[in-house]
Amino acid sequence: MDAPRPNPLAARAETKPSVSRAGERPRNRPSSRGKWLVSGPPLLYLIVFFALPTLIMVLASFRTPAEFGGLAPLVDETGRLDLNVDSYVRFATEPVFLRVFVKSAGYATLTTLFCLLLAYPLATLIANSSRKYRDVLLLLVILPFWSNFLIRIYAWMIILGPNAALAKFVNGALAMFGAGPVPLLFSGFAVLVCLVYVHLPFMVLPLYANLEKHEQGLLDAAQDLGANAWQRFWRITFPLSLPGVYAGAALVFIPALGIFAIPDILGGPDDTLIGNLIKQQFLETRDWPFGSVLSIVLTVAALVLAGIAAWVGRRGASRHA
Amino acid sequence: MALLEIQGVTRRFGDFTAVDDVSLAVEAGEFFTLLGPSGCGKTTLLRMIAGFDLPDAGRILLNGEDLAARPPELRPVRTVFQSYALFPHMTVEGNIAFPLAMAHVPAGERKARIEAALEDVRLTGFNRRYPHELSGGQRQRVAIARALVTHPTMLLLDEPLAALDAKLREDLSIELINLQKEVGIAFVYVTHDQTEALALSHRIAVMNRGRIEQLDEPSKIYGFPRTRFVADFIGHCNLFSGPVAANAGDVVTVDVGGLGPVRVAARSALGSGASGTVALRPEKIRISASAPEDTPDNHYRGTVQDLLYMGDVTVYRVGTPGGAVVETLLANSQSGRAKFFEVGDAVEMSWPVAAGHFIEE
Repeated sequence: MDAPRPNPLAARAETKPSVSRAGERPRNRPSSRGKWLVSGPPLLYLIVFFALPTLIMVLASFRTPAEFGGLAPLVDETGRLDLNVDSYVRFATEPVFLRVFVKSAGYATLTTLFCLLLAYPLATLIANSSRKYRDVLLLLVILPFWSNFLIRIYAWMIILGPNAALAKFVNGALAMFGAGPVPLLFSGFAVLVCLVYVHLPFMVLPLYANLEKHEQGLLDAAQDLGANAWQRFWRITFPLSLPGVYAGAALVFIPALGIFAIPDILGGPDDTLIGNLIKQQFLETRDWPFGSVLSIVLTVAALVLAGIAAWVGRRGASRHA
Repeated sequence: MALLEIQGVTRRFGDFTAVDDVSLAVEAGEFFTLLGPSGCGKTTLLRMIAGFDLPDAGRILLNGEDLAARPPELRPVRTVFQSYALFPHMTVEGNIAFPLAMAHVPAGERKARIEAALEDVRLTGFNRRYPHELSGGQRQRVAIARALVTHPTMLLLDEPLAALDAKLREDLSIELINLQKEVGIAFVYVTHDQTEALALSHRIAVMNRGRIEQLDEPSKIYGFPRTRFVADFIGHCNLFSGPVAANAGDVVTVDVGGLGPVRVAARSALGSGASGTVALRPEKIRISASAPEDTPDNHYRGTVQDLLYMGDVTVYRVGTPGGAVVETLLANSQSGRAKFFEVGDAVEMSWPVAAGHFIEE
């Protein structure tokens, strides 16, 4: 590797100020050259594959859709630059789109909540288990990643299908109370169950990483000072685990907000979420400008929420440092 | 009735007996210390008093009530942990308010109680600080204030000064003594540091391998150790062992290999031939370059083998012609004078019969 070397020109400039021009800063200082060497490639990658496409998308959101989909020419026959805010106006004026957004946020919120409720006891169990079992349990948590995402969703079709044991059991139980049979598959229920299933590891891992660092001594002290089991959890363990909760919530909420495969496969006709809507605009309706608008709104919403989570998390962390 | 009574308490971990049939009583208002090397069972005993561990046999009574059925949160004792265990997400005030909230002290009363506790440990005005903004000594005081704010029956302290540097330890020791006097609550203090134990305690229980070797006032523990272990563990001590050569009723003569007969004032039933030990503190030995003018009870010649200059004193290790090594000590009372003897100097050692202490083992 290229070790940073002192710049001979810079050294001379320091020892003989008379030769150097006033106010001139030595360019390409060794430390900054090394920095660029390390951070350059990933930066370039982000520019090419994130910043540039985002710019293209922003530009597309102001253009007019072509007659048969895609984009109309940027400069029309009269030689006029064809840029407008029609798609934004459409998003703002047709309430159905905002409603889909709110519904998506609702699903993402519920997913985050259920993931938290399920992951917290699991992460606690793993953090408190002996080192020998800990690695095995962590492996089990990430094991689902070893099979394909779509295959796992299709597996839920079988589990929730009308002829599966689960549906028969549920509908049998409902029949005993005189209620009619309900479909499990192609419903909001199926979407939520699968959303929770898919995102659970993203909540477990940051929570575990946090809980694993907790000191038993603090809980002993709390107990010594008169706190019962519930008070020890609520006053000590939970507040100290908040950075892990925020990290997990961000990792679950943001991808859950934009997901389209799960409602596509497991959802009913009413379970169109923002992800499906965007996919529709690009692949079916082929209204690229409007799809771009929806994507931008989603990205901005995700960034704002991530920013809030990071801010709250950092505020908590600085207090605990 | 004593405040705390420990009756025949035993605690085993597998094959290891951490606490072995220990009985003791702590009086109200007493500063009581459990002293011993690591692994002697002192911390296990403290944890059983606090309720974090339960005895396999025996009883622990507080004010006459058996504590066995009470979990830690329902025992009227408080612990100051070695790590202080301050809650990092709470301010000093939040930490001290915690036990008050747990005890359902009315909110209006809490403020005054917190202020009083902070005043007790001289931390007035630190209410809004977080633990990570405090020094080690300040954290320790917050831990004490937090433990005292609910006026417990007894305070348990688990090596609270161990993590601090020597100078601070001395200052805080003095504060601890004053604080204990002020609040009048019984302190049970666990330490492996004999200096701390001697300086702080009303009474000390010296523990070794799960048992109490000696339970007495500090001066008695230091001056009249009952066993070789106590003599060796508390301060520096020469231990001269050998068969009893003569027992004159008030003076026992022990035949010490490499040194010769050593005479010590003692009332002992041991007859000739039984083995005994003379414990002799280094500072009780008089050493000089020339033979003493009087005729001392014990008098030996030797050569300085090693010396350790400690600033206030110098320790001389003197070897005898027979091969014994005696540790002696001289105060460097004259300023500028570091040592009286050099390695290789011939010296005379002497001490009266009353200087030593006879141990029957």
